[in-house]
Amino acid sequence: MSERLAVRKTYKLFIGGAFPRSESGRSYVVTSAKGDFIANAARASRKDARDAVVAARKAFGRWSGATPYNRGQILYRIAEMLEGRRSEFADEFEGTVRRTRGKDGKDAAKRASDEVDAAIDRLVWYAGWSDKIAAVHGSANPIAGPYFNFSQPEPAGVVAVLGPTSLLGLISTVAPVVVTGNTCVVVCERAPLAAITLAEVLAVSDLPGGVVNILTGHLAELAPWLASHMDVNGIDLTGADERLAAECEVAAAGNLKRVLRPGQDDWSADPGVGRMTAFLETKTVWHPIGV
Amino acid sequence: MRAFLHGLPGVDQVGADQRAAMLATRSIKTTAKRQAIDLAVSMVDLTTLEGADTPGKVRALCVKARHPDVAQPDVPRVAAVCVYPDLVAEAVTALRGSGVKVASVATAFPSGRATLDVKVADTVHAVAEGADEIDMVIDRGAFLSGRYGKVHDEIVAVKAACGDAHLKVILETGELATYDNVRRASWLSMLAGADFIKTSTGKVSPASTLPVTLIMLEAVRDFAAATGRKVGVKSAGGIRTAKDAIKYLVLVNETAGPDWLDPGLYRLGASSLLNDLLMQRQKMATGHYAGPDYFTLD
Repeated sequence: MSERLAVRKTYKLFIGGAFPRSESGRSYVVTSAKGDFIANAARASRKDARDAVVAARKAFGRWSGATPYNRGQILYRIAEMLEGRRSEFADEFEGTVRRTRGKDGKDAAKRASDEVDAAIDRLVWYAGWSDKIAAVHGSANPIAGPYFNFSQPEPAGVVAVLGPTSLLGLISTVAPVVVTGNTCVVVCERAPLAAITLAEVLAVSDLPGGVVNILTGHLAELAPWLASHMDVNGIDLTGADERLAAECEVAAAGNLKRVLRPGQDDWSADPGVGRMTAFLETKTVWHPIGV
Repeated sequence: MRAFLHGLPGVDQVGADQRAAMLATRSIKTTAKRQAIDLAVSMVDLTTLEGADTPGKVRALCVKARHPDVAQPDVPRVAAVCVYPDLVAEAVTALRGSGVKVASVATAFPSGRATLDVKVADTVHAVAEGADEIDMVIDRGAFLSGRYGKVHDEIVAVKAACGDAHLKVILETGELATYDNVRRASWLSMLAGADFIKTSTGKVSPASTLPVTLIMLEAVRDFAAATGRKVGVKSAGGIRTAKDAIKYLVLVNETAGPDWLDPGLYRLGASSLLNDLLMQRQKMATGHYAGPDYFTLD
Protein backbone atom coordinates (compact mmCIF):
# COMPACT_ATOMS: atom_id res chain seq x y z
CA MET A 1 0.00 0.00 0.00
CA SER A 2 1.33 3.39 -0.94
CA GLU A 3 2.08 6.05 1.64
CA ARG A 4 -0.87 8.34 2.34
CA LEU A 5 -0.68 11.87 0.97
CA ALA A 6 -1.52 14.64 3.42
CA VAL A 7 -4.61 16.69 2.54
CA ARG A 8 -3.58 20.28 3.22
CA LYS A 9 -6.01 23.07 3.94
CA THR A 10 -6.40 25.93 1.47
CA TYR A 11 -6.66 29.13 3.46
CA LYS A 12 -9.24 31.34 1.80
CA LEU A 13 -11.17 34.53 2.50
CA PHE A 14 -14.50 34.61 4.33
CA ILE A 15 -17.04 36.90 2.65
CA GLY A 16 -20.80 36.77 3.12
CA GLY A 17 -20.65 33.34 4.74
CA ALA A 18 -18.73 31.82 1.82
CA PHE A 19 -15.06 31.02 1.39
CA PRO A 20 -13.92 32.56 -1.91
CA ARG A 21 -10.36 32.93 -3.11
CA SER A 22 -9.22 36.47 -3.73
CA GLU A 23 -10.81 38.02 -6.82
CA SER A 24 -7.26 38.95 -7.85
CA GLY A 25 -6.03 35.36 -7.65
CA ARG A 26 -3.07 36.45 -5.54
CA SER A 27 -1.69 34.79 -2.47
CA TYR A 28 1.17 35.33 -0.04
CA VAL A 29 3.34 33.07 2.02
CA VAL A 30 2.77 32.74 5.73
CA THR A 31 5.85 31.72 7.68
CA SER A 32 6.45 30.70 11.25
CA ALA A 33 8.33 32.97 13.63
CA LYS A 34 11.44 31.00 12.71
CA GLY A 35 10.89 31.70 9.04
CA ASP A 36 9.65 28.27 7.98
CA PHE A 37 6.93 28.01 5.38
CA ILE A 38 3.52 27.29 6.95
CA ALA A 39 0.95 27.98 4.27
CA ASN A 40 -0.18 30.20 1.42
CA ALA A 41 -2.92 32.64 2.36
CA ALA A 42 -5.17 34.49 -0.09
CA ARG A 43 -4.05 38.09 -0.61
CA ALA A 44 -7.25 40.11 -0.79
CA SER A 45 -7.55 43.04 -3.20
CA ARG A 46 -9.52 46.23 -2.78
CA LYS A 47 -12.35 44.63 -4.72
CA ASP A 48 -12.55 41.84 -2.19
CA ALA A 49 -12.75 44.54 0.47
CA ARG A 50 -15.54 46.23 -1.49
CA ASP A 51 -17.43 42.93 -1.80
CA ALA A 52 -16.97 42.29 1.91
CA VAL A 53 -18.46 45.69 2.74
CA VAL A 54 -21.45 44.94 0.50
CA ALA A 55 -21.93 41.60 2.29
CA ALA A 56 -21.61 43.26 5.69
CA ARG A 57 -24.13 45.93 4.75
CA LYS A 58 -26.55 43.32 3.50
CA ALA A 59 -26.27 41.39 6.77
CA PHE A 60 -26.64 44.49 8.95
CA GLY A 61 -30.44 44.77 8.86
CA ARG A 62 -31.08 41.27 10.07
CA TRP A 63 -28.25 41.20 12.61
CA SER A 64 -28.97 44.58 14.16
CA GLY A 65 -32.68 43.71 14.16
CA ALA A 66 -32.15 40.42 16.00
CA THR A 67 -32.89 40.53 19.70
CA PRO A 68 -29.84 41.11 21.90
CA TYR A 69 -30.64 37.84 23.61
CA ASN A 70 -30.43 36.03 20.28
CA ARG A 71 -27.10 37.70 19.44
CA GLY A 72 -25.76 36.63 22.84
CA GLN A 73 -26.83 33.06 22.22
CA ILE A 74 -25.10 33.01 18.86
CA LEU A 75 -21.88 34.38 20.34
CA TYR A 76 -22.10 31.73 23.00
CA ARG A 77 -22.57 29.18 20.25
CA ILE A 78 -19.33 30.39 18.66
CA ALA A 79 -17.60 29.75 21.98
CA GLU A 80 -19.00 26.22 21.98
CA MET A 81 -17.66 25.62 18.48
CA LEU A 82 -14.26 27.06 19.44
CA GLU A 83 -14.14 24.70 22.37
CA GLY A 84 -14.50 21.77 19.98
CA ARG A 85 -11.54 22.88 17.87
CA ARG A 86 -9.15 23.91 20.64
CA SER A 87 -6.39 21.61 19.47
CA GLU A 88 -6.36 23.06 15.95
CA PHE A 89 -6.10 26.61 17.29
CA ALA A 90 -3.46 25.59 19.79
CA ASP A 91 -1.37 23.94 17.05
CA GLU A 92 -1.60 27.01 14.85
CA PHE A 93 -0.65 29.24 17.76
CA GLU A 94 2.33 27.06 18.59
CA GLY A 95 3.52 27.38 15.01
CA THR A 96 3.74 31.15 15.35
CA VAL A 97 5.77 31.39 18.56
CA ARG A 98 9.50 31.84 18.43
CA ARG A 99 10.74 30.45 21.71
CA THR A 100 9.86 27.01 22.93
CA ARG A 101 9.87 28.34 26.47
CA GLY A 102 8.52 31.79 27.30
CA LYS A 103 9.70 34.30 29.88
CA ASP A 104 7.11 32.99 32.28
CA GLY A 105 8.64 29.56 32.11
CA LYS A 106 5.68 27.97 30.33
CA ASP A 107 6.38 25.87 27.28
CA ALA A 108 4.81 26.68 23.94
CA ALA A 109 2.10 24.04 24.16
CA LYS A 110 0.95 25.31 27.53
CA ARG A 111 0.94 28.90 26.35
CA ALA A 112 -1.03 27.91 23.26
CA SER A 113 -3.72 26.18 25.25
CA ASP A 114 -3.88 29.09 27.72
CA GLU A 115 -4.37 31.46 24.79
CA VAL A 116 -7.27 29.42 23.40
CA ASP A 117 -8.84 29.17 26.87
CA ALA A 118 -8.60 32.91 27.29
CA ALA A 119 -10.16 33.50 23.85
CA ILE A 120 -13.13 31.25 24.60
CA ASP A 121 -13.63 32.87 28.00
CA ARG A 122 -13.48 36.32 26.41
CA LEU A 123 -16.15 35.36 23.90
CA VAL A 124 -18.44 34.09 26.64
CA TRP A 125 -17.80 37.28 28.58
CA TYR A 126 -18.85 39.43 25.60
CA ALA A 127 -21.83 37.17 24.84
CA GLY A 128 -23.13 37.99 28.30
CA TRP A 129 -22.98 41.69 27.52
CA SER A 130 -25.43 41.46 24.60
CA ASP A 131 -28.59 42.16 26.61
CA LYS A 132 -26.90 44.24 29.30
CA ILE A 133 -25.11 46.93 27.33
CA ALA A 134 -28.35 48.87 26.81
CA ALA A 135 -28.99 48.90 30.55
CA VAL A 136 -25.48 50.07 31.34
CA HIS A 137 -24.91 52.44 28.43
CA GLY A 138 -28.50 53.71 28.04
CA SER A 139 -30.29 55.97 30.47
CA ALA A 140 -33.55 57.59 31.47
CA ASN A 141 -32.73 61.30 31.38
CA PRO A 142 -34.11 63.87 33.83
CA ILE A 143 -35.49 66.82 31.83
CA ALA A 144 -37.64 69.86 32.55
CA GLY A 145 -40.82 69.21 30.63
CA PRO A 146 -43.73 66.83 30.24
CA TYR A 147 -41.68 64.14 28.52
CA PHE A 148 -40.20 60.81 29.36
CA ASN A 149 -36.75 61.17 27.89
CA PHE A 150 -34.54 58.15 27.41
CA SER A 151 -31.39 57.27 25.53
CA GLN A 152 -30.44 53.90 24.20
CA PRO A 153 -27.40 52.63 22.32
CA GLU A 154 -27.75 51.53 18.71
CA PRO A 155 -25.17 49.83 16.48
CA ALA A 156 -23.22 52.17 14.19
CA GLY A 157 -23.40 49.93 11.10
CA VAL A 158 -20.54 48.34 9.19
CA VAL A 159 -17.22 48.44 11.03
CA ALA A 160 -13.81 47.73 9.50
CA VAL A 161 -11.44 46.01 11.89
CA LEU A 162 -7.72 46.03 11.20
CA GLY A 163 -7.19 42.92 13.23
CA PRO A 164 -4.44 41.91 15.60
CA THR A 165 -2.87 38.56 14.86
CA SER A 166 -3.52 36.40 17.89
CA LEU A 167 -6.75 34.47 18.39
CA LEU A 168 -7.33 36.23 21.71
CA GLY A 169 -6.74 39.59 20.06
CA LEU A 170 -9.12 38.74 17.24
CA ILE A 171 -11.90 37.66 19.58
CA SER A 172 -11.28 40.72 21.72
CA THR A 173 -11.73 43.04 18.73
CA VAL A 174 -14.46 41.26 16.75
CA ALA A 175 -16.77 40.19 19.60
CA PRO A 176 -17.36 43.69 21.02
CA VAL A 177 -18.14 44.97 17.52
CA VAL A 178 -20.72 42.35 16.60
CA VAL A 179 -22.30 41.72 20.01
CA THR A 180 -24.03 45.11 19.89
CA GLY A 181 -25.43 44.51 16.39
CA ASN A 182 -22.73 45.87 14.09
CA THR A 183 -21.40 43.84 11.19
CA CYS A 184 -17.73 43.90 10.36
CA VAL A 185 -14.97 43.40 7.82
CA VAL A 186 -11.79 42.14 9.46
CA VAL A 187 -8.42 42.43 7.75
CA CYS A 188 -5.50 40.35 9.01
CA GLU A 189 -1.98 40.46 7.64
CA ARG A 190 0.62 38.69 9.76
CA ALA A 191 -0.08 35.16 10.97
CA PRO A 192 -3.60 35.16 9.47
CA LEU A 193 -4.21 31.46 9.91
CA ALA A 194 -5.98 31.85 13.25
CA ALA A 195 -8.35 34.30 11.56
CA ILE A 196 -9.23 31.89 8.76
CA THR A 197 -9.67 28.98 11.13
CA LEU A 198 -11.89 31.27 13.19
CA ALA A 199 -13.91 31.91 10.03
CA GLU A 200 -14.49 28.18 9.73
CA VAL A 201 -15.85 28.24 13.27
CA LEU A 202 -18.07 31.24 12.52
CA ALA A 203 -19.45 29.55 9.42
CA VAL A 204 -20.96 26.76 11.54
CA SER A 205 -22.11 28.84 14.51
CA ASP A 206 -25.56 30.11 13.46
CA LEU A 207 -23.93 33.46 12.74
CA PRO A 208 -25.74 34.84 9.65
CA GLY A 209 -23.44 35.06 6.62
CA GLY A 210 -21.90 38.52 6.19
CA VAL A 211 -21.96 39.54 9.86
CA VAL A 212 -18.25 38.84 10.13
CA ASN A 213 -16.17 38.91 6.94
CA ILE A 214 -12.50 38.06 7.15
CA LEU A 215 -9.88 39.14 4.63
CA THR A 216 -6.24 38.17 4.66
CA GLY A 217 -3.82 40.44 2.86
CA HIS A 218 -1.68 43.51 3.20
CA LEU A 219 -3.08 46.05 5.63
CA ALA A 220 -1.37 48.95 3.89
CA GLU A 221 -3.09 47.98 0.65
CA LEU A 222 -6.61 47.42 2.00
CA ALA A 223 -6.97 49.71 4.99
CA PRO A 224 -7.07 53.06 3.13
CA TRP A 225 -9.92 51.80 0.90
CA LEU A 226 -11.93 50.74 3.92
CA ALA A 227 -11.09 53.94 5.77
CA SER A 228 -12.36 56.13 2.93
CA HIS A 229 -15.34 53.90 2.05
CA MET A 230 -18.50 55.95 2.42
CA ASP A 231 -20.56 52.90 3.37
CA VAL A 232 -18.37 51.96 6.35
CA ASN A 233 -19.45 53.54 9.62
CA GLY A 234 -16.54 52.78 11.90
CA ILE A 235 -12.96 51.61 11.82
CA ASP A 236 -10.90 49.90 14.48
CA LEU A 237 -7.22 50.62 13.80
CA THR A 238 -5.86 48.11 16.34
CA GLY A 239 -3.69 46.18 13.90
CA ALA A 240 -2.30 49.22 12.08
CA ASP A 241 1.10 50.74 12.70
CA GLU A 242 1.34 54.42 13.58
CA ARG A 243 1.78 55.73 10.06
CA LEU A 244 -1.04 53.68 8.58
CA ALA A 245 -3.30 54.57 11.49
CA ALA A 246 -2.69 58.28 10.91
CA GLU A 247 -3.41 57.93 7.19
CA CYS A 248 -6.59 55.98 7.88
CA GLU A 249 -7.79 58.50 10.42
CA VAL A 250 -7.59 61.27 7.84
CA ALA A 251 -9.43 59.17 5.27
CA ALA A 252 -12.05 58.15 7.84
CA ALA A 253 -12.96 61.78 8.44
CA GLY A 254 -14.65 61.85 5.00
CA ASN A 255 -17.88 60.38 6.33
CA LEU A 256 -17.21 60.96 10.03
CA LYS A 257 -16.48 57.35 10.85
CA ARG A 258 -16.14 56.28 14.42
CA VAL A 259 -12.43 55.59 14.83
CA LEU A 260 -10.82 53.45 17.49
CA ARG A 261 -7.12 54.30 17.59
CA PRO A 262 -4.51 51.65 18.30
CA GLY A 263 -3.44 51.56 21.93
CA GLN A 264 -1.15 49.44 24.00
CA ASP A 265 -3.50 46.51 24.08
CA ASP A 266 -2.85 43.88 26.69
CA TRP A 267 -5.36 41.24 25.67
CA SER A 268 -5.07 39.37 28.94
CA ALA A 269 -6.26 42.37 30.94
CA ASP A 270 -9.91 43.06 31.81
CA PRO A 271 -11.27 44.58 28.55
CA GLY A 272 -13.97 46.84 29.97
CA VAL A 273 -16.82 48.14 27.83
CA GLY A 274 -14.75 50.66 25.84
CA ARG A 275 -14.52 48.53 22.71
CA MET A 276 -18.28 48.01 22.66
CA THR A 277 -19.22 51.64 23.20
CA ALA A 278 -16.73 52.81 20.55
CA PHE A 279 -19.08 51.57 17.83
CA LEU A 280 -22.41 52.54 19.29
CA GLU A 281 -24.57 55.51 18.53
CA THR A 282 -27.01 56.90 21.03
CA LYS A 283 -30.64 57.38 20.19
CA THR A 284 -32.59 59.70 22.46
CA VAL A 285 -36.38 59.62 22.48
CA TRP A 286 -38.68 62.32 23.83
CA HIS A 287 -41.95 60.65 24.69
CA PRO A 288 -44.81 62.97 25.69
CA ILE A 289 -46.45 62.22 29.04
CA GLY A 290 -49.32 63.73 30.98
CA VAL A 291 -51.36 64.85 27.96
CA MET B 1 -47.26 35.05 -41.04
CA ARG B 2 -46.91 31.63 -39.47
CA ALA B 3 -44.85 30.37 -42.40
CA PHE B 4 -42.56 33.37 -42.19
CA LEU B 5 -42.06 33.22 -38.41
CA HIS B 6 -41.45 29.49 -38.43
CA GLY B 7 -39.14 29.93 -41.39
CA LEU B 8 -36.79 32.10 -39.33
CA PRO B 9 -33.56 30.24 -38.57
CA GLY B 10 -33.61 28.56 -35.17
CA VAL B 11 -31.55 30.03 -32.35
CA ASP B 12 -28.50 28.07 -31.26
CA GLN B 13 -29.28 28.16 -27.55
CA VAL B 14 -25.88 27.08 -26.27
CA GLY B 15 -24.17 29.41 -28.74
CA ALA B 16 -26.30 32.38 -27.67
CA ASP B 17 -25.64 31.73 -24.00
CA GLN B 18 -21.93 31.37 -24.61
CA ARG B 19 -21.64 34.45 -26.79
CA ALA B 20 -23.49 36.55 -24.21
CA ALA B 21 -21.31 35.14 -21.42
CA MET B 22 -18.16 35.77 -23.44
CA LEU B 23 -19.08 39.38 -24.18
CA ALA B 24 -19.93 39.88 -20.50
CA THR B 25 -16.29 39.28 -19.62
CA ARG B 26 -15.07 42.36 -21.51
CA SER B 27 -13.15 44.62 -19.20
CA ILE B 28 -14.31 48.23 -19.40
CA LYS B 29 -12.12 50.51 -17.30
CA THR B 30 -11.16 54.13 -16.62
CA THR B 31 -12.15 56.56 -19.39
CA ALA B 32 -14.22 54.01 -21.26
CA LYS B 33 -16.01 53.11 -18.04
CA ARG B 34 -16.77 56.75 -17.33
CA GLN B 35 -18.22 57.17 -20.81
CA ALA B 36 -20.19 53.94 -20.47
CA ILE B 37 -21.67 55.06 -17.15
CA ASP B 38 -22.78 58.42 -18.55
CA LEU B 39 -24.19 56.73 -21.64
CA ALA B 40 -26.06 54.24 -19.46
CA VAL B 41 -27.50 57.06 -17.34
CA SER B 42 -28.73 58.80 -20.49
CA MET B 43 -30.41 55.55 -21.59
CA VAL B 44 -32.27 54.86 -18.35
CA ASP B 45 -36.04 54.75 -18.39
CA LEU B 46 -36.57 55.61 -14.75
CA THR B 47 -39.46 53.40 -13.82
CA THR B 48 -42.02 53.20 -11.08
CA LEU B 49 -44.74 50.63 -11.65
CA GLU B 50 -46.14 49.81 -8.24
CA GLY B 51 -49.71 49.59 -7.08
CA ALA B 52 -48.68 51.99 -4.31
CA ASP B 53 -47.46 54.75 -6.66
CA THR B 54 -48.62 58.22 -5.67
CA PRO B 55 -48.46 61.56 -7.52
CA GLY B 56 -45.87 62.65 -4.95
CA LYS B 57 -43.64 59.68 -5.72
CA VAL B 58 -43.90 60.38 -9.44
CA ARG B 59 -42.98 64.05 -8.90
CA ALA B 60 -39.96 63.00 -6.82
CA LEU B 61 -38.91 60.59 -9.55
CA CYS B 62 -39.25 63.32 -12.17
CA VAL B 63 -36.98 65.62 -10.19
CA LYS B 64 -34.46 62.80 -10.07
CA ALA B 65 -34.85 62.25 -13.82
CA ARG B 66 -33.97 65.88 -14.53
CA HIS B 67 -31.05 66.01 -12.10
CA PRO B 68 -30.00 62.46 -11.16
CA ASP B 69 -27.54 63.66 -8.54
CA VAL B 70 -27.33 67.16 -7.08
CA ALA B 71 -23.76 66.50 -5.98
CA GLN B 72 -22.71 65.76 -9.58
CA PRO B 73 -24.29 68.47 -11.75
CA ASP B 74 -22.60 67.16 -14.90
CA VAL B 75 -24.56 63.90 -14.87
CA PRO B 76 -26.70 63.66 -18.01
CA ARG B 77 -30.45 63.49 -17.54
CA VAL B 78 -32.15 60.15 -18.04
CA ALA B 79 -34.03 59.25 -21.21
CA ALA B 80 -37.54 58.91 -19.85
CA VAL B 81 -39.75 58.37 -16.85
CA CYS B 82 -42.03 55.35 -17.07
CA VAL B 83 -45.31 55.31 -15.13
CA TYR B 84 -48.83 53.91 -15.18
CA PRO B 85 -51.33 55.75 -17.45
CA ASP B 86 -53.22 57.51 -14.65
CA LEU B 87 -50.01 59.20 -13.49
CA VAL B 88 -48.90 60.38 -16.94
CA ALA B 89 -50.37 63.87 -16.48
CA GLU B 90 -48.41 64.29 -13.24
CA ALA B 91 -45.16 63.28 -14.94
CA VAL B 92 -45.82 65.48 -17.98
CA THR B 93 -46.28 68.52 -15.74
CA ALA B 94 -43.19 67.74 -13.70
CA LEU B 95 -40.98 67.16 -16.75
CA ARG B 96 -42.14 69.99 -19.00
CA GLY B 97 -39.22 71.64 -20.76
CA SER B 98 -36.64 69.19 -19.43
CA GLY B 99 -36.30 67.03 -22.55
CA VAL B 100 -37.01 63.92 -20.49
CA LYS B 101 -39.68 61.84 -22.21
CA VAL B 102 -42.73 60.46 -20.47
CA ALA B 103 -43.37 56.79 -21.11
CA SER B 104 -46.52 55.04 -20.04
CA VAL B 105 -47.30 51.37 -19.85
CA ALA B 106 -50.67 50.56 -21.38
CA THR B 107 -52.83 47.70 -22.70
CA ALA B 108 -53.67 46.11 -19.35
CA PHE B 109 -50.04 45.99 -18.19
CA PRO B 110 -48.52 43.67 -17.03
CA SER B 111 -50.71 40.69 -17.98
CA GLY B 112 -52.27 42.04 -21.17
CA ARG B 113 -55.42 40.10 -20.38
CA ALA B 114 -58.10 42.47 -21.63
CA THR B 115 -60.15 42.91 -24.77
CA LEU B 116 -58.73 44.91 -27.64
CA ASP B 117 -61.21 47.76 -27.02
CA VAL B 118 -59.94 48.17 -23.47
CA LYS B 119 -56.32 48.04 -24.62
CA VAL B 120 -56.88 50.67 -27.29
CA ALA B 121 -58.83 52.88 -24.88
CA ASP B 122 -55.99 52.55 -22.33
CA THR B 123 -53.51 53.65 -25.00
CA VAL B 124 -55.64 56.54 -26.28
CA HIS B 125 -56.01 57.79 -22.72
CA ALA B 126 -52.26 57.71 -22.03
CA VAL B 127 -51.46 59.49 -25.30
CA ALA B 128 -54.13 62.12 -24.65
CA GLU B 129 -52.59 62.79 -21.24
CA GLY B 130 -49.32 63.58 -23.00
CA ALA B 131 -47.27 60.37 -23.01
CA ASP B 132 -44.43 60.43 -25.56
CA GLU B 133 -43.90 56.69 -25.48
CA ILE B 134 -46.25 53.78 -24.93
CA ASP B 135 -45.03 50.45 -23.52
CA MET B 136 -47.55 47.79 -24.56
CA VAL B 137 -47.54 44.10 -23.70
CA ILE B 138 -48.25 41.42 -26.26
CA ASP B 139 -50.88 38.77 -25.64
CA ARG B 140 -48.56 35.92 -24.64
CA GLY B 141 -51.44 33.49 -24.42
CA ALA B 142 -52.29 34.09 -28.08
CA PHE B 143 -48.64 33.99 -29.09
CA LEU B 144 -47.93 30.72 -27.33
CA SER B 145 -51.04 29.07 -28.76
CA GLY B 146 -49.90 30.05 -32.24
CA ARG B 147 -52.45 32.79 -32.98
CA TYR B 148 -49.81 35.11 -34.39
CA GLY B 149 -52.38 37.04 -36.43
CA LYS B 150 -54.18 38.14 -33.29
CA VAL B 151 -50.95 39.36 -31.68
CA HIS B 152 -50.01 41.17 -34.90
CA ASP B 153 -53.40 42.84 -35.28
CA GLU B 154 -53.39 44.03 -31.68
CA ILE B 155 -50.00 45.66 -32.12
CA VAL B 156 -51.20 47.32 -35.33
CA ALA B 157 -54.33 48.61 -33.59
CA VAL B 158 -52.38 49.96 -30.61
CA LYS B 159 -49.80 51.52 -32.94
CA ALA B 160 -52.63 53.31 -34.73
CA ALA B 161 -53.96 54.55 -31.37
CA CYS B 162 -50.51 55.86 -30.46
CA GLY B 163 -50.44 58.52 -33.14
CA ASP B 164 -47.09 60.30 -32.85
CA ALA B 165 -46.11 58.51 -29.65
CA HIS B 166 -43.39 55.87 -29.91
CA LEU B 167 -44.56 52.32 -29.38
CA LYS B 168 -42.48 49.90 -27.33
CA VAL B 169 -43.68 46.32 -27.51
CA ILE B 170 -42.99 44.18 -24.45
CA LEU B 171 -42.38 40.55 -25.37
CA GLU B 172 -42.20 39.31 -21.76
CA THR B 173 -39.46 36.86 -22.68
CA GLY B 174 -39.67 35.16 -19.28
CA GLU B 175 -42.99 33.68 -20.44
CA LEU B 176 -42.02 32.83 -24.01
CA ALA B 177 -40.23 29.62 -23.00
CA THR B 178 -37.72 29.36 -25.87
CA TYR B 179 -35.20 31.56 -27.64
CA ASP B 180 -36.86 30.65 -30.93
CA ASN B 181 -40.05 32.22 -29.61
CA VAL B 182 -38.13 35.36 -28.62
CA ARG B 183 -36.81 35.67 -32.17
CA ARG B 184 -40.28 35.12 -33.66
CA ALA B 185 -41.94 37.57 -31.27
CA SER B 186 -39.28 40.16 -32.10
CA TRP B 187 -39.89 39.87 -35.83
CA LEU B 188 -43.64 39.78 -35.36
CA SER B 189 -43.56 43.01 -33.34
CA MET B 190 -41.27 44.80 -35.78
CA LEU B 191 -43.39 43.75 -38.76
CA ALA B 192 -46.46 45.07 -36.95
CA GLY B 193 -44.83 48.48 -36.60
CA ALA B 194 -43.10 48.55 -33.21
CA ASP B 195 -40.61 51.40 -32.70
CA PHE B 196 -38.95 49.51 -29.87
CA ILE B 197 -39.01 45.92 -28.68
CA LYS B 198 -38.67 45.46 -24.95
CA THR B 199 -37.69 42.35 -23.04
CA SER B 200 -39.92 42.28 -20.01
CA THR B 201 -42.44 43.94 -17.78
CA GLY B 202 -40.21 43.47 -14.75
CA LYS B 203 -43.09 41.66 -13.04
CA VAL B 204 -42.08 38.17 -14.19
CA SER B 205 -38.92 36.30 -13.29
CA PRO B 206 -36.63 35.80 -15.15
CA ALA B 207 -36.82 39.34 -16.52
CA SER B 208 -34.16 40.68 -18.87
CA THR B 209 -31.19 38.40 -19.47
CA LEU B 210 -28.13 38.90 -21.63
CA PRO B 211 -28.84 36.04 -24.11
CA VAL B 212 -32.42 37.22 -24.67
CA THR B 213 -31.23 40.75 -25.31
CA LEU B 214 -28.61 39.33 -27.68
CA ILE B 215 -31.30 37.57 -29.72
CA MET B 216 -33.45 40.70 -29.86
CA LEU B 217 -30.47 42.81 -30.92
CA GLU B 218 -29.73 40.32 -33.69
CA ALA B 219 -33.35 40.60 -34.77
CA VAL B 220 -33.30 44.42 -34.99
CA ARG B 221 -29.97 44.28 -36.84
CA ASP B 222 -31.34 41.81 -39.39
CA PHE B 223 -34.58 43.75 -39.65
CA ALA B 224 -32.66 46.97 -40.36
CA ALA B 225 -30.61 45.17 -43.00
CA ALA B 226 -33.78 43.81 -44.62
CA THR B 227 -36.02 46.88 -44.49
CA GLY B 228 -33.79 49.85 -43.65
CA ARG B 229 -35.89 50.72 -40.60
CA LYS B 230 -34.03 50.84 -37.28
CA VAL B 231 -35.99 49.50 -34.36
CA GLY B 232 -34.83 50.12 -30.80
CA VAL B 233 -34.36 47.62 -27.98
CA LYS B 234 -35.14 48.09 -24.31
CA SER B 235 -33.86 45.73 -21.63
CA ALA B 236 -35.95 45.97 -18.50
CA GLY B 237 -36.07 44.21 -15.20
CA GLY B 238 -33.31 42.78 -13.05
CA ILE B 239 -30.56 45.19 -14.14
CA ARG B 240 -29.40 46.61 -10.83
CA THR B 241 -25.69 47.31 -11.02
CA ALA B 242 -23.49 49.48 -13.19
CA LYS B 243 -21.50 46.37 -14.02
CA ASP B 244 -24.62 44.70 -15.46
CA ALA B 245 -25.52 47.82 -17.42
CA ILE B 246 -22.06 47.96 -18.99
CA LYS B 247 -22.37 44.31 -20.02
CA TYR B 248 -25.56 45.20 -21.87
CA LEU B 249 -23.84 48.13 -23.59
CA VAL B 250 -21.04 45.85 -24.78
CA LEU B 251 -23.66 43.47 -26.12
CA VAL B 252 -25.40 46.29 -27.98
CA ASN B 253 -22.18 47.52 -29.52
CA GLU B 254 -21.04 44.07 -30.59
CA THR B 255 -24.39 42.85 -31.88
CA ALA B 256 -26.46 45.66 -33.34
CA GLY B 257 -23.53 48.04 -33.74
CA PRO B 258 -22.52 51.46 -32.45
CA ASP B 259 -25.58 53.12 -34.04
CA TRP B 260 -27.66 51.54 -31.31
CA LEU B 261 -25.50 53.09 -28.54
CA ASP B 262 -27.96 55.95 -28.42
CA PRO B 263 -30.93 56.65 -26.15
CA GLY B 264 -33.04 56.79 -29.30
CA LEU B 265 -32.35 53.14 -30.07
CA TYR B 266 -31.43 51.48 -26.80
CA ARG B 267 -32.92 51.88 -23.34
CA LEU B 268 -32.44 50.36 -19.92
CA GLY B 269 -35.63 50.07 -17.92
CA ALA B 270 -34.70 50.30 -14.28
CA SER B 271 -35.15 52.05 -10.99
CA SER B 272 -32.42 50.95 -8.58
CA LEU B 273 -29.82 50.84 -11.38
CA LEU B 274 -29.56 54.63 -11.52
CA ASN B 275 -28.27 54.91 -7.96
CA ASP B 276 -25.60 52.30 -8.60
CA LEU B 277 -24.50 54.11 -11.75
CA LEU B 278 -24.26 57.34 -9.75
CA MET B 279 -22.30 55.59 -7.00
CA GLN B 280 -19.82 54.20 -9.52
CA ARG B 281 -19.55 57.61 -11.12
CA GLN B 282 -18.81 59.22 -7.79
CA LYS B 283 -16.26 56.52 -6.98
CA MET B 284 -14.45 57.36 -10.22
CA ALA B 285 -14.58 61.08 -9.48
CA THR B 286 -13.46 60.98 -5.84
CA GLY B 287 -11.38 57.80 -5.71
CA HIS B 288 -13.37 56.57 -2.70
CA TYR B 289 -16.08 53.94 -2.63
CA ALA B 290 -19.46 55.62 -2.39
CA GLY B 291 -22.23 54.67 0.02
CA PRO B 292 -25.97 54.46 -0.65
CA ASP B 293 -26.66 56.79 2.29
CA TYR B 294 -25.63 59.70 0.10
CA PHE B 295 -28.16 59.08 -2.68
CA THR B 296 -31.90 59.46 -2.81
CA LEU B 297 -34.18 56.63 -1.84
CA ASP B 298 -36.89 55.92 -4.36
